[in-house]
Amino acid sequence: MNLVAALGCGILFGVGLAMSGMTDTERVIGFFDVFGNWDPSLAFVMGGGLLISLPFFQLLQPKLKGPVFGDVFRVPDRTDIDGRLIGGAALFGIGWGLTGLCPGPAVAALAHLDVDIIWATLAMLAGMLAADQIDRLLDAGKTSRA
Amino acid sequence: MTPLHPFVVSLFGGFCIGIAAVLMMALLGRIAGITGILMQGMRAPAANQWAIAFVAGLPAGALLFHSLTGTPMPPFDAPLPMIIAGGFTVGFGARLGSGCTSGHGICGLGRFSVRSIIAVCTFMLFAFLTVFMRLHGGVG
Repeated sequence: MNLVAALGCGILFGVGLAMSGMTDTERVIGFFDVFGNWDPSLAFVMGGGLLISLPFFQLLQPKLKGPVFGDVFRVPDRTDIDGRLIGGAALFGIGWGLTGLCPGPAVAALAHLDVDIIWATLAMLAGMLAADQIDRLLDAGKTSRA
Repeated sequence: MTPLHPFVVSLFGGFCIGIAAVLMMALLGRIAGITGILMQGMRAPAANQWAIAFVAGLPAGALLFHSLTGTPMPPFDAPLPMIIAGGFTVGFGARLGSGCTSGHGICGLGRFSVRSIIAVCTFMLFAFLTVFMRLHGGVG
């Protein structure tokens, strides 16, 4: 049952990405081109998403015992601000500004059957795996110093 | 039918994304962060079949939207070296920074996570600077 739920959520998420314009790289670049031909429409995507997610996370979820098809809510609890968070976010922003594709839209746009999108997504997955290795090396370094 | 203003369509698209993120938490107890889900699916696919199912739904949803509405799939036009470099940097940075637009943006901001607020401000700023340099700074 949880596979059906996950697939359904993925489909709805994919519909939202295509509908909102997030898979349209010209519009994404246009959103960041504040001093040029600025297209502010994509601000409404995060706005719309937050109008739904914020009340849920703040008001409804604390009243729920757990997920319908699972044992516990798996919510990140880290509060530390480190170089990896800021450096990673900065690199992510640079890459997003280069192609106009962030991870969700890159995967959703595989539906376009465009070879360049496939290359972008493969490169993205390679980048994620590489970062994971760096993450482990950094963690190992920390432990050995401690 | 008069076409809806792009702001309204984007808002409705955002609603779909928000509802999907809420359902992921309410039904499966999982953050709908694409980077985290992709990593869980790649590292342990057998143990995380839910992640594979969710990821498969993304292009299915995009296909469904364009088929039902008859809207054309948007073009993607960039030189291959930039596609590879940009794609790699997006993946590397999103993973190192513990999340992307969905995990930090839609979920993290909704949870008032300080890490997510800092991440979103940082990646938005750097995406803006990158586009500015490319289009107005004579770089790229």
